[in-house]
Amino acid sequence: MIHILLSRWRQGRRTMAYPRTLPALPERFRGRPQFSPGDCPEDCRACRDACPTGAIQLEPKPSLDLGRCLFCTECVDACPGEVLRFTGDHRLAARGREDLVQEAGAQPRLAEALDKELMRVLGRSLKLRVVSAGGCNGCEVDVNVLGTLAWDIGRFGIQFVASPRHADGLIICGPVTANMALAVQKTYDAVPDPKIVIAVGACAISGGPYLHQAEQLGGACGAGIPVDLFIPGCPPHPLTILDGLLRLLGRIH
Amino acid sequence: MSETLFTPMTNGQALPLAEIADLSLAEFRAAVVRGVRGGLRLACLCADEELNLYAVLADDPGHRLLAGRTRLDRPRYPSLTPECAQAHLFERELAEQFGIRPEGHPWFKPVRFHASWAEGRDAWNRTGPILPGVIDFYQVKGEEVHEVAVGPVHAGVIEPGHFRFQCHGETVFHLEIALGYQHRGIERALAGGPHPLSLKHAETVCGDSTVAHTWAYCRNLEALAGAEVPARAERVRSVALELERAANHTGDLGAMAGDVGFLPTSSFCGRIRGDWLNMTAEACGSRLGRDWLRPGGLRMDLDSTRARALAARLERTWDDTRDAVELLWGAASVLNRFEAAGAVDPILAREIGLVGVPARACGIALDVRRDHPYGPYAQHPVALSLAAAGNVHSRAWVRWLELAESHSFLRSALVSLAWSEPERPAPLPPPAADSFCVSMVEGWRGEVLHLAITDARGRFRRYKIVDPSFHNWFGLALALRGELISDFPLCNKSFNLSYCGHDL
Repeated sequence: MIHILLSRWRQGRRTMAYPRTLPALPERFRGRPQFSPGDCPEDCRACRDACPTGAIQLEPKPSLDLGRCLFCTECVDACPGEVLRFTGDHRLAARGREDLVQEAGAQPRLAEALDKELMRVLGRSLKLRVVSAGGCNGCEVDVNVLGTLAWDIGRFGIQFVASPRHADGLIICGPVTANMALAVQKTYDAVPDPKIVIAVGACAISGGPYLHQAEQLGGACGAGIPVDLFIPGCPPHPLTILDGLLRLLGRIH
Repeated sequence: MSETLFTPMTNGQALPLAEIADLSLAEFRAAVVRGVRGGLRLACLCADEELNLYAVLADDPGHRLLAGRTRLDRPRYPSLTPECAQAHLFERELAEQFGIRPEGHPWFKPVRFHASWAEGRDAWNRTGPILPGVIDFYQVKGEEVHEVAVGPVHAGVIEPGHFRFQCHGETVFHLEIALGYQHRGIERALAGGPHPLSLKHAETVCGDSTVAHTWAYCRNLEALAGAEVPARAERVRSVALELERAANHTGDLGAMAGDVGFLPTSSFCGRIRGDWLNMTAEACGSRLGRDWLRPGGLRMDLDSTRARALAARLERTWDDTRDAVELLWGAASVLNRFEAAGAVDPILAREIGLVGVPARACGIALDVRRDHPYGPYAQHPVALSLAAAGNVHSRAWVRWLELAESHSFLRSALVSLAWSEPERPAPLPPPAADSFCVSMVEGWRGEVLHLAITDARGRFRRYKIVDPSFHNWFGLALALRGELISDFPLCNKSFNLSYCGHDL
């Protein structure tokens, strides 16, 4: 027993102060991409051609779809100039699928809080059921970590629960494989109304690296599940996920 | 080991396909069956659309691989499984993928529940829709015998799979595991590659083993291109791999502590696992090691300043890890539960071809880093971590020994990186045509194997991935025999196998 107490003393209190202060992110962390195509050479399509998921469009206006972006830097490496870069901004979550399509120079549209009625029901206690539906388990890893004492998601009234019957909403990870389609639908149906759905990661938003595969349905939307919050990334950093959840609950603006 | 007809090669060596022994079916079967009886391991068995069968046998003490192939004249052949249990899942897999029927297979069921890739050729002559998990499960009958079905959606933040237990009261007679829910078509996507997304597919075979799979993929492309990777880049890759191992072993030890209700280690390790992941993020920006490695070298190098900073963090993280994990070995309640649960008979473990942590927990001396060294592991060997009892305690203990090994490996690797500067790798030439290459990496779960066969244009004619989980899921089923069903979570956690790595 004394060893446990000594360890407890040595390990100390490690729950981070977020959202009061922002935890330090690594220098190489890739957050919200930024691009200023004003400086592009004429007819240059290097970034668009390099993007493995087709996240970059140049017509009619240059835009980057965060729902497809894998944050892999192929576009940055391909760019002959310095038009594109990944910033350290971890705030990526959005309420609408179209809000993820970022036009050059436009202000990002960050997730807004739930409406008044939903906020009344879910705002102080949000129970979520996580459904893993065909990805690489990377998003699950970074969702799971929010339950550890470093992040302690319970202090915000959010909890991951074992049954959809106990849940107020779903977190869906993965592109929703054909083999998981029925299970996802049944889990969604089993959550009592009113309910919300959160798509975590490029797979759950657009199919991610598997978007061309016939074995999957193109994420939660592709599977016909209405989504209330999109959290991009491959996988998103835990801070990006928590930021999205707290914005949804109106805890940060 | 008597002489074999198979072609000897080494880990990460590319050979012209024409040099891989092309045998008659009888010779091929005999080479596999006799080889495995003589102590070799069936590391890979696969097929392609043109009805070729390929096998890779691992001669671990001899530090070499043996490869062979045969061409079937019709889509069926006498199954190897009755004589070689290690072939059991491979034969089900190739039947499902290419409609080739291994006749006489004793457990002939689909693996991932997808349609055959060879049009008009289905091993089960299925015509309707294919429903996952719908098979004839093995059933035990008797007055008080009952069946427990769990999944695909589980009561936690974990991947989907279906488990069917045959129980008598609390005691499990038999567990059958049906997977395939995570099947997203990775091998099919890699065919005809390398494509722009191929590297991403290698990285996402299994998210928690990103580095292991990416390294195996890169080594295949490098061998096929005949390119030499700078030793410093290989050293950085080994740092990435050992950080991945340390993070996952720490997380697993914490999760196992959680499953026996020992909360101090469980809470500490949950956080410390994040500290290890954050070291990976410090090096490449991603906690899982995404976009760190690339064919030919690295996308992001670990310069001397970063290596020095990581070396300092390593010691702090290691001190926390040791402090948290050592509590386990002093807690009688933990030891009692660990020692009483989930034993796998070492003889059976060898027979079914377990790899990685569960194999070493049975005393099977097997580690790709030692047996088929690659990168810096030839000059800087890691000690083999072994236990004997094959139970939950052994699997926990092997992880703990490996954590200590990873720490000392990382310490010296980071020192050497702190005193050298990155070199610019040369661009990678395209893969050679009509070639065959096998690359193996010891991931934290065990042996990760990637097999690449190129066509006349140097594209992947076949790309086969074997995650260690593919070998080991059956080990979990064996570990449950005679156990209490309430110990399933603990046994499961002590294997911590990958669903997505298995399902591809």
